[in-house]
Amino acid sequence: MDVIINILAANLLSPIVLFFVLGLAAALARSDLNIPEPFAKALSLYLMLAIGFKGGAEVARAGLDSTLLLLILAGIALSFVLPAIAFSILRVASPLPRVDAAAVAAHYGSISIVTFIAASEFLRSQAITFDGYLVAVAAAMEAPAILTGIWLAHRGRTNEDANDRRDRRMPSMREILLNGSIVMLVGAFAIGWITGEDGLATMAPFVVDPFKGVLALFLLDMGLIAGRGLRSSLRLMGLRTILFGIYMPLISATIALGVVMLLGLSTGSGALLITLAASASYIAVPAAMRIALPEAKPAIYATMSLGITFPFNLAIGIPLYAAMAAAVT
Amino acid sequence: MQLHKKKRIEIIIERPILQRTTDALDRSGVHGYTILQAQGGSGRDGAWQRDGLVSSAGDMVAIICILDAANFDIALEAIYAVVERQIGIVSVSDVEVIRSDHF
Repeated sequence: MDVIINILAANLLSPIVLFFVLGLAAALARSDLNIPEPFAKALSLYLMLAIGFKGGAEVARAGLDSTLLLLILAGIALSFVLPAIAFSILRVASPLPRVDAAAVAAHYGSISIVTFIAASEFLRSQAITFDGYLVAVAAAMEAPAILTGIWLAHRGRTNEDANDRRDRRMPSMREILLNGSIVMLVGAFAIGWITGEDGLATMAPFVVDPFKGVLALFLLDMGLIAGRGLRSSLRLMGLRTILFGIYMPLISATIALGVVMLLGLSTGSGALLITLAASASYIAVPAAMRIALPEAKPAIYATMSLGITFPFNLAIGIPLYAAMAAAVT
Repeated sequence: MQLHKKKRIEIIIERPILQRTTDALDRSGVHGYTILQAQGGSGRDGAWQRDGLVSSAGDMVAIICILDAANFDIALEAIYAVVERQIGIVSVSDVEVIRSDHF
């Protein structure tokens, strides 16, 4: 028990978590602290470039095995299935109407790359190694949940209503698969893989040395956005919906734990897969939902994903998922 | 100087829908438009601001389009088909321009 408490404390007192808390507190206190939008987007691009590149370089060093293909398939399956589970729970356990429940469910089937990055840094701080190709799994898990969310929202509508809307409302496959964050992740991963250790040595001053500092600044921005969202939107949600943002990650984590055991993953890789399953998107999926399910209230899904689940995962989830993976590997 | 009567359409729309809206304008024969970035605002779902946004969801843009009255109905129908269920505003006004052949 002492070990768990020490690990939790170490995580909570890490700079990245504390900068998130600073941003959250500043926003709740209505400070005028803000990160200019172009700069915030640049930070996001940097983080995806860096994590993708380092993942690819790590795969070049360690080599590939059949586990990657199985892991990608498992990740895609999770991304398709978890929204259906989330939707079913929301329809029973929350007052959200169908379209809002479907939009929220899509977020919880997709992934948060920043949560993944934070989890990677936590594992490194605990000297727990993991496979670099988890980045590719993260990229694969981003999009399928969008399709499930759309299907869940449209299922059960009359044929006439569905046919009137479907073609015009569906995001195109280009919009989904060529989403900027996926392109950057996969592209940087491929470049890191191709250039290998030499490429990493060349890029290290850019992708390794400044990484933690940039991550801290980005988490400060995430805290600001989460705080603003909580301030303006918490009243729209109700306790049952808010609680979903805490227990759904735990449900997803438990399901992913089964996959970890089935595939025989290492502790670190297992922890990251569980983290991916337990995270919720707030970059790619919100944009897709504005196209596909415009009636869904962005104040609800954005606040749940960023204002409730992300802080929960950052503070408690990540060390918990690492402990879960360690228990079965 | 002679002035010519035209129609001005201003569309304030969510950024994820921007491409679809401009595609609709292009298909309706509109000769041109200008896209402006919104900094923030407030509406039925509360206030928002552009600072810190990392997703295009939640970001708003304004499209200003000036066109001849002959194309107005077609353009407005094309715009409405895209934006009717989105967060946004479409406003129409009568304006006068200097160079009629530009629109």
